Amino acid sequence: MNDRLLIRRNAEPAPIADVPLLAVQAFRNAVLDAVLREECRVASFFAREAEGRIELIAVLADDLTGELGFVRMRLDEDRFDSLTPECPQLHAFEREIAEQFGVKPIGHPWLKPLRFHASLRSGHEVFGDPTPGVTDFFRVEGDEVHEVAVGPVHAGVIEPGHFRFQCHGEHVFHLEIALGYQYRGIERALIGGPSKKTIHYMETAAGDSTIAHALAYCQAMEALSGAKPPARAQALRGIALELERLANHTGDLGALSGDVAYLPTASYCGRIRGDYLNLTAELCGSRFGRGFVRPGGVQFDLPSDRIDALVGRVDTATRDVVDAVALLWTTPTVMERFENTGVVEADDAEAIGMVGVAARACGHGIDVRHDFPSGIYRFVHIPVITAHYGDVNSRAFVRWLELQRSARFVAQQLRTLPATPVRTEGVASLRSGMIVASLTEGWRGEVCHVAITGEDGRFARYKITDPSFHNWFGVALALRGGQISDFPLCNKSFNLSYCGHDL
Amino acid sequence: MIKALLARARQGHRTIGYPDADPPSMPAHFRGVPKIDPTRCPDGCRECAEACPTDAIVVAGGDVRLDLGRCIFCPECESACPEGAITFTDDYRLAARKRSDLHLLVGEELNLAEALDAKLRKLYGRSLKLRVVSAGDCNGCASDVNVLSTIGWDIGRFGIQYVASPRHADGLMIMGPMTENMRLAVRKTYDAIPDPKIVIAIGACAISGGIYAGHPEQHDGVESMLPVDLFIPGCPPHPLTILDGLLRLFERTKAEGRKQK
Repeated sequence: MNDRLLIRRNAEPAPIADVPLLAVQAFRNAVLDAVLREECRVASFFAREAEGRIELIAVLADDLTGELGFVRMRLDEDRFDSLTPECPQLHAFEREIAEQFGVKPIGHPWLKPLRFHASLRSGHEVFGDPTPGVTDFFRVEGDEVHEVAVGPVHAGVIEPGHFRFQCHGEHVFHLEIALGYQYRGIERALIGGPSKKTIHYMETAAGDSTIAHALAYCQAMEALSGAKPPARAQALRGIALELERLANHTGDLGALSGDVAYLPTASYCGRIRGDYLNLTAELCGSRFGRGFVRPGGVQFDLPSDRIDALVGRVDTATRDVVDAVALLWTTPTVMERFENTGVVEADDAEAIGMVGVAARACGHGIDVRHDFPSGIYRFVHIPVITAHYGDVNSRAFVRWLELQRSARFVAQQLRTLPATPVRTEGVASLRSGMIVASLTEGWRGEVCHVAITGEDGRFARYKITDPSFHNWFGVALALRGGQISDFPLCNKSFNLSYCGHDL
Repeated sequence: MIKALLARARQGHRTIGYPDADPPSMPAHFRGVPKIDPTRCPDGCRECAEACPTDAIVVAGGDVRLDLGRCIFCPECESACPEGAITFTDDYRLAARKRSDLHLLVGEELNLAEALDAKLRKLYGRSLKLRVVSAGDCNGCASDVNVLSTIGWDIGRFGIQYVASPRHADGLMIMGPMTENMRLAVRKTYDAIPDPKIVIAIGACAISGGIYAGHPEQHDGVESMLPVDLFIPGCPPHPLTILDGLLRLFERTKAEGRKQK
């Protein structure tokens, strides 16, 4: 990572004044050099208002060294030259900046609303007063070309989003995805925090990733206050995060089976997913981990007399899911549908900045637990799982291997819980004028929270980047050259969050 | 094929016995209907109300009022109370027919949902098709609505089914605080469902806006635009809470009164 960036580790704070404030061209060069020449990824890129001007802040992640690089620049007018043409992984970030702060990235190849809301800075709008889903869509013209529009309301029990396919018969030339229907204004509401509502925004930012987001937030809070959560809390947080992964990977493998009409695995996994959710409920009373992770530790301890029973239940559920999912790999009708469907090329995955399961399925061995370890993952390593074809099968196979590793981790940690308290006090006040980036590996991939405190020690800006934000464009790429009938399968193989994207 | 059969034998029959048998037991820290013992409240103490992120608890004069439609069943009030006066029971039954029923004075019993009228019971008592729409839900409610159609819960055995078109539906189930960006889609979905139809609001967001109440980006729940026939509180409600609510519409909760702390 180049020396124009301020380097920090995961959840290691720095005074915001120490983040280099570069001129426009120097900022561009610093970001582009890091991404194009030094194999860094953009973990976050966002704007804020500072001293009456708009400031852009980039957080770059170096997966090889575990370093996070910070750099910023300020704008003199409501426009800047887009970096997207050189660095495609910024495309959604720049649309977000345009929408949130009314500054226009000049030269952005496909500038349109991301979430369809008014700017956070009244009077400064790039998109006027947008109507959800009403925007330009890329169109293919031709006598036999047709367009298929799906959503926002879908056929199943699933969050809303609008999908626009350009087709020739069943053949898909291009898919474009319009989101924003779940927009609840979380980032706007976080400014001025932390308040008594903040942790609950985190727990519901993407409600199926409650632990991942709450943990990223608590790590940031602890970094900004200097609090150190006790060892037992760290272990319990890791257990909760892996249980979240187990439940969702199991659910996804079941849903993938259902989408190719292989009902045995679909039925079993639907049930076993619940077994893992119920294990999370044993920790804190909520199947989704609500109320468990809190700044300074965790809310509930796990009495030692319940551990044997829990380990037994983890083992049973894992034996069941291994048995159920193993059927997939020996069933020709399933493999025929999984293999070579929804391929994302490794180079494309890297160019658009994909993360998590979807990136690992393309052979990119990136995993926050390994590359930017925090908490329990500094002491206990979970091997990074990759597959190499970027198709539905690879995404399924990565999940299958990961859940076995996670189950082993959970059982091992339950048996070796350190004998300490589970919560420390001292997260009451945050240091002022600081910035911190906090990363966790949710079951979908990298969750990145960036907190900036003002002079009053309250959040001047809080940026949430769900893995879905990076990966939605991957779904669009996966459909290219495929069939419309492959869409449910491709979509499910990513299983991205709509609300995590929309916030 | 033989592997699939062997797996089938190993996985066994997994549908819960409820409502004919007892409901499954709740986990250790499960937070169902909250209970307040006002005799333990110190004079002038407002700790629980101040800790509550959704203002579901109001302490005024000597009275403590609870709004289960706002409550997100988080542990904050319980841990803020210096006297242990507020606790969550493991009573999962929370569904109500009227929004006002979810407002409770301390000591007041929750008026649980009554059945639909005779005409609707006759129409839908053995076959209820629901269209499920998320309008800003975090995928918590959606997940536990969805789980009812898995083999563990199997709501198909009650004739309840989630359908893929509003034209096939008898009612609408909505999660989320009703985001501004989903208003039109929800309206169109509702209008496309043939009369008579019922509306079910799932979770704190759909009932009151939940943690998002007051945000200009949403509308504080479903009632802001549609009449609601059944409110199922929670964040998200436990699948058993949702199932109990649905079965109440048709007086099919045989386990009534068995499971109470």
